[in-house]
Amino acid sequence: MIPWCAAAAIALCAAGLYVGFFVAPTDATQGESYRIIFIHVPAAWMSMFLYLVLAFWAGVGLALNTRLSAMMASAIAPTGAVMTFVALWSGALWGRPTWGTYWVWDARLTSELILLFLYFGFMALQAAIDDPRRADKAGAVLALVGVVNVPIIYFSVKWWNTLHQGASVSLTKAPTMAATMLAGMILMALAFWMYAVAVTLVRVRAIILERERRSDWIKELAPGA
Amino acid sequence: MVWGGWSEFWAMGGYGAFVWGAYGVTVAVLAVEVWLVRRRRRLARDEAARIRRRGA
Repeated sequence: MIPWCAAAAIALCAAGLYVGFFVAPTDATQGESYRIIFIHVPAAWMSMFLYLVLAFWAGVGLALNTRLSAMMASAIAPTGAVMTFVALWSGALWGRPTWGTYWVWDARLTSELILLFLYFGFMALQAAIDDPRRADKAGAVLALVGVVNVPIIYFSVKWWNTLHQGASVSLTKAPTMAATMLAGMILMALAFWMYAVAVTLVRVRAIILERERRSDWIKELAPGA
Repeated sequence: MVWGGWSEFWAMGGYGAFVWGAYGVTVAVLAVEVWLVRRRRRLARDEAARIRRRGA
């Protein structure tokens, strides 16, 4: 499954960048600077989506005491942090030419920064506790408390007056952007998704081996495990 | 979208530093993550194999 996801990520990324840079037209008001959208929006979507998946697995692990679900949560966190960082970084470089500033303490940007700290906090907390089972439980509580931040990020542009624009794409309305721009963005979002799946699955395998290497079933596996 | 040559493409209508700054750092961060996660898997495999040889 990992090679397939990795191949899909590369193919979708190539297609998305082609559409984004060679098909989608120049934006009427923002010129070429808007082309940052093809990484900014997919990364921002993934940063929130991955947190929900992380919290889901953490919650399952807490409720059912299943080790693998807690390991899934641990495996997602670094990739979620990467996506959040990419969203913030690309947003800063997009904000400078369009808003005149790299950063502003408005609701959308601040809540996304809090998301980055939630990922860091989750990883730091797990790393600080020696007993993996206790680390899983503590991390799960943090992840579940932090999940309240995701709807805050998502709806921040509606609830508060922010510099950040509202959603251009939603489930209930027709998208307010050119079809080719949207196509490039969707392709890149799928690429980031496949990337996240591939990287997370590699990491969860490593975590399983790290934690269970003294158990009998790991020892019975072929060397290629 | 038709670009008038590569220099126009890299210039991005004067926003080259912002566009390529965003894409460049993204590529770098993802590349580092892929490298780290593959390294972690390799180390975990090696360690598991070492324990298996010693314990069996």
